Amino acid sequence: MLNPSTAGQSVAAGELGSSLKSRSGKPFDRKSRLFFTNRVFRYICIGCAAFVCLILLAILGLMFRTGVLTFQDVSLSEFFFSTEWVPENEQYGALPFIFGTFALTLLTLAISVPISIFVAVFLAVMTPGWLKNLLRPVMDLLVGIPSVVYGYLGLTILIPLIRDLTGSSMGDGLLAASLVLTVMVLPTISRISDDAISAVPKRYVDASYALGGTRFQTVFKVMLPAAKSGIMYAVILGMARAIGETMAVVMVIGNTPQLADSLLKPTSVLTSNIVMQIPNVPFDSTWNYALYMMGFLLLVISLLMIVAVRLFQRKGGRV
Amino acid sequence: MRSNAAERNPFTTGRNMNRIRNHIFTALVWTIGITVILFIFGLLFLILKDGLPKLSLDFLYGLPSEIEEGGGIGPMLFNSFYILIISLIIAIPLGMAAGIYLAEFAPDNKWIGFVRICVEGLASVPSLIFGLFGIALFVELFEVGLTILGAAVSLAFLNLPVLTRVTEESIRAVPQDIKNASFALGGTHLQTIMRVLIPVAQNGIITGICLVAGRAFGESAVIILTGGVSTSGEMWDFNLLSPGANLAVHLWYVQSEAIVPDAADIAQKAAAVLVCIVLIINLLFRIPLWLSSRKMK
Repeated sequence: MLNPSTAGQSVAAGELGSSLKSRSGKPFDRKSRLFFTNRVFRYICIGCAAFVCLILLAILGLMFRTGVLTFQDVSLSEFFFSTEWVPENEQYGALPFIFGTFALTLLTLAISVPISIFVAVFLAVMTPGWLKNLLRPVMDLLVGIPSVVYGYLGLTILIPLIRDLTGSSMGDGLLAASLVLTVMVLPTISRISDDAISAVPKRYVDASYALGGTRFQTVFKVMLPAAKSGIMYAVILGMARAIGETMAVVMVIGNTPQLADSLLKPTSVLTSNIVMQIPNVPFDSTWNYALYMMGFLLLVISLLMIVAVRLFQRKGGRV
Repeated sequence: MRSNAAERNPFTTGRNMNRIRNHIFTALVWTIGITVILFIFGLLFLILKDGLPKLSLDFLYGLPSEIEEGGGIGPMLFNSFYILIISLIIAIPLGMAAGIYLAEFAPDNKWIGFVRICVEGLASVPSLIFGLFGIALFVELFEVGLTILGAAVSLAFLNLPVLTRVTEESIRAVPQDIKNASFALGGTHLQTIMRVLIPVAQNGIITGICLVAGRAFGESAVIILTGGVSTSGEMWDFNLLSPGANLAVHLWYVQSEAIVPDAADIAQKAAAVLVCIVLIINLLFRIPLWLSSRKMK
């Protein structure tokens, strides 16, 4: 990288003519060395930033290139609209998984968003300062607990519980998976919403109280609307986590490729199906291509959500 | 007389309604808040209660067994740390350099906007996808099979965008005055970044690193796909090309695939160890920061 010999020569050549004018006399002086390291550092940083982009593009390209090979053998309509996933019989209908992913995500959000917003209001508005300082780090710690542990808890505690309560024989299915996911996304959504609510300018809140608003009115008519874009951001992040979550879901959903027409029926989602099947499949097979296509779908969904976040940020101005 | 007036006055009834609603709302929020908090502590307690008392050094250090009882988690535990450290060694310099570029050097144009979207997009890509990418890269292209190396590199890719964003945000949050002071003293851009911006921003950066480390330690989907579900079965196996199951994968494997008679027992203990280590990673990194931020005040 550093090339002192050539740089030194050029300075030395200049010195021959005007030794008095030279800056320090040394062939490779401090100033040009600093200049040089600055330059190099800058290029390294540019390279790293480009590398990050390159990874995303490589992933996108590779998933698409491999996934699209599915359609050599399987028609588009079969892949997206058939519910028959029997790779042994060359039947590749991915509808059960696509439907499962969307149903699971919506169910999870339906349970977790209201609770999270209440928890966020609780943290931001109601709790005294010392409790806040205690609870916020605990919530942050929860985000870091590995997903397998949640799955393990779901498998050993939640599923027997569901079996007892509903009397069904299996207990696996959308209900169990969405409850486990709810516990997982709850800290994420409530902490980011909490930050958004806390960031509402105090003068708005004061103005509401000065007009005689109760706390209920202040929270619902002033604070939540003012924090709207931040809360939307939190919900989308939670949604991204719910869609992409793999291991916790694998452990409680039952892993059966059938359309989930009941909450307690074992089913499968995109992520769980990929991770359960891909280790046993040869790379150059339609089965594998179909799994990569499903991965590509996941990728596209998650990237679309980032675009949605960007739109919200632009509209809301701040997060 | 007074109650009569209150009944007729529409504002008073509205106020009563508001007060009732306010009380109900307060009660509801407190109940939900307290329930969720108790639930959280209950969860942590549940995980730790069953596993921790049974832990022994033999279990932490012992070799796993496929058929007999009494298998340990030694190689998995070692792999967890080994993969974590390799992935951090790859991801931290790359991620920080990219973050520094975005915060300090990047001009504000369309191209940089695209880079930002890429970073954000990569941060939201499900971890499973990195596993698929790892398979295509290491198993298919380089044909090294399921290895520690593949797992660590895939994990590094997973962590890269998070580190980039955290670095960028922390460096942007450094007050402009401090930066100008460094320039005024004649510091070059590189000196300013190395000696002023990074030390001031280290709080945020270290929090980010510990977040990433916790996530990498417990990551399982990527490791199953790129590292496999088994280990080489030896302790202290530094070979980068041996199979790289980590503790999180082992927890899943024992719980759903293994045939050992004491699987439930192993799973309990493994879960407790996993949670403990994640908590310790978080605390170890945070306590010094917490202390130093107190001193600053």
